[in-house]
Amino acid sequence: MDRRLDQAQERIERIANAAWQQLAVADDVRRRGLPARIAREVREAAGEVRDLLQSGSWRMPEPELRRRVDHLLANMNLNEFGVDAFGFSPNYVAKVIPVIEAIHRLWFRAEVYDIERVPAFGRCLLIANHSGQLPFDGMVIGSSLLLDRDPPRMVRGMVEKFAISLPVFGTLCMRCGQITGLPDNCRRLLADEEAVMVFPEGAHGIAKPFSQRYKLTRFGHGFMRLALETQTPIVPIAVVGAEEQIINAGNFELLAKLLSTPSIPLPPLALLLGPLAMMPMPVKYRVYYGEPMQFEGDPNDDDAVIARKVGEVRGAIESMVARGLRERRGYFV
Amino acid sequence: MAGRRKRTTVVITGIAGRLGQLLARRLHRQVDTQVIGIDRRAFHRRPKDIEHNRIDLRRKAAEDIFRTHNVDVIFHLGLMHNPRQDQGEHFSWNIIGTQRLLEFAARYQVPKVVLISSGDVYGPQVDNPAFLSEDAPLLAAQRFAAIRDLIAVDMMAQSYFWKMPELETVVLRPAHILGGVRNAMSNYLRMPHPPTLFGYDPLMQVIHEEDVVSAIVAAARPGLRGVFNVVGPSALPLRQLIAAAGKTPLDLPHPIAPMIARRAWTLRLLDIPAAELDWLRFAATLDGSRAREQLGFEAVYSVRDAVAAALRRSVFEGEADFVRLKSNADFAAADVAHRP
Repeated sequence: MDRRLDQAQERIERIANAAWQQLAVADDVRRRGLPARIAREVREAAGEVRDLLQSGSWRMPEPELRRRVDHLLANMNLNEFGVDAFGFSPNYVAKVIPVIEAIHRLWFRAEVYDIERVPAFGRCLLIANHSGQLPFDGMVIGSSLLLDRDPPRMVRGMVEKFAISLPVFGTLCMRCGQITGLPDNCRRLLADEEAVMVFPEGAHGIAKPFSQRYKLTRFGHGFMRLALETQTPIVPIAVVGAEEQIINAGNFELLAKLLSTPSIPLPPLALLLGPLAMMPMPVKYRVYYGEPMQFEGDPNDDDAVIARKVGEVRGAIESMVARGLRERRGYFV
Repeated sequence: MAGRRKRTTVVITGIAGRLGQLLARRLHRQVDTQVIGIDRRAFHRRPKDIEHNRIDLRRKAAEDIFRTHNVDVIFHLGLMHNPRQDQGEHFSWNIIGTQRLLEFAARYQVPKVVLISSGDVYGPQVDNPAFLSEDAPLLAAQRFAAIRDLIAVDMMAQSYFWKMPELETVVLRPAHILGGVRNAMSNYLRMPHPPTLFGYDPLMQVIHEEDVVSAIVAAARPGLRGVFNVVGPSALPLRQLIAAAGKTPLDLPHPIAPMIARRAWTLRLLDIPAAELDWLRFAATLDGSRAREQLGFEAVYSVRDAVAAALRRSVFEGEADFVRLKSNADFAAADVAHRP
């Protein structure tokens, strides 16, 4: 296992080196404008990946990983088959953690801010903006809380039922602790003092075309009613960078309806790359965690009252998104 | 003897089936309990003090049992679930049979009826919550139409909560029962290569047959009424269950699996109707907390015990009978398979 990983690492290192040299040549040509800027960014990103690979710092040392896993296992209701009532299997997560680390540290080189604002114990709702056509933003939030927070926290994401119904992907989600997005499931996990992640924008948010990037769509109200009902603190989260991972010109809505899928994106790069256009580009992810917010009130209040509270959370996320856009130097760095 | 307790008389329908036999044996060992069986099939190796009536509930003669005995509890196990059975007969047996039984209970003031429905009535759906409560909608028929009669029977028993409030009606919905029973799940695990769908691995709940019998006995306690999910100790992924049975699954790609299943069904290679393949995709895991709290029921057999019980070769006496009747083309008369 370890030898194979080392070999894979060597191979990636070689590719990264080659890419870096190629881009250095491209930089010499000194083209102007956006292509040059992107080339410079990619070159810098490739350099970053190269450094990470050379130092090996992208992978967590074995004892550190073990300590984190033990910490998580201490707070879980697992049966004798090592799964919980939602089909979450920590053993499975332990197996795929190198892949998660590679995506988190090398591919997206995620930068995480104020992650200690997520409470170490006790129930909480993690509310984030949704973007990027494929739900890698959820994955990065989950992996940041496993890899970057100390002590780590397991995130239980509420997943669209269409995604859960897919072969392989659905099973993968469930084994990694993600759950079908139903209020009842959420209520139970909050009662068990878990951290539940919700994207209130849902499918509309993730399927936004490129022109609408970083404009938050309508937030659903369900999470706020649940938070009020269960007296759960809300941690607003902004993910910046995910919007550029897949460029989407618009959605094929009629076909999506016919196939009863949430959306069918039309990536212009498909003309060049074919299905590879749906592979996320190695953009840089920035994840901002906000101050936990506690709301009081009747969970069955009028929509207008709930909307005001939801608006507060949305506003907090919006301003963190704005901060992220201000702070970043480019798409890939 | 003045201090002697009143003798309890219980009626068990479907007594010749595996679950019926187990329940009969458990009950007749209790002091002062008279067990009366109703089943079309013969009850082999019947303990002498158990009275067995080989009749069909839909016949007039069935009523005589209630006329002549002072019945205290009816255990209704005699539901048919055999997808190979003719639909008309299937419906008539389950629905008319149950209706007649409930009418007898009302007419002859039987204080208690325990119906063994099934956890299958909720149906596998992608948007099932991880804990299906007893109040969850019974959606199984939306994909698998042949289960409509079992849902109707479950609802019919529930309607007696208000129709006959003085009658204590209990509906038990056990998870997949494993053991000597010939139900879909036990048969599935007995296959050399149980079919699975590529990329799917839903959670499964199984329960040992003896645990189900314990739940049934617990449900007979006076004062109890309502619907109860009955679950085993833990839910586990389907593939782990198959591995626990020492079998290797046969992966089928989901888009063509129904086609293969339909073909295999017509050729009698597979006893799973294509519509039931959803069980291999999505979970329907029950919340057993109500039975824990109100029935005081706690499963004692582990999943491994239950799997071992399903795989035990020397199944039971009824099996030989079943095979003989099948060859005699007396299939319809014999096949009162109990599948909760």
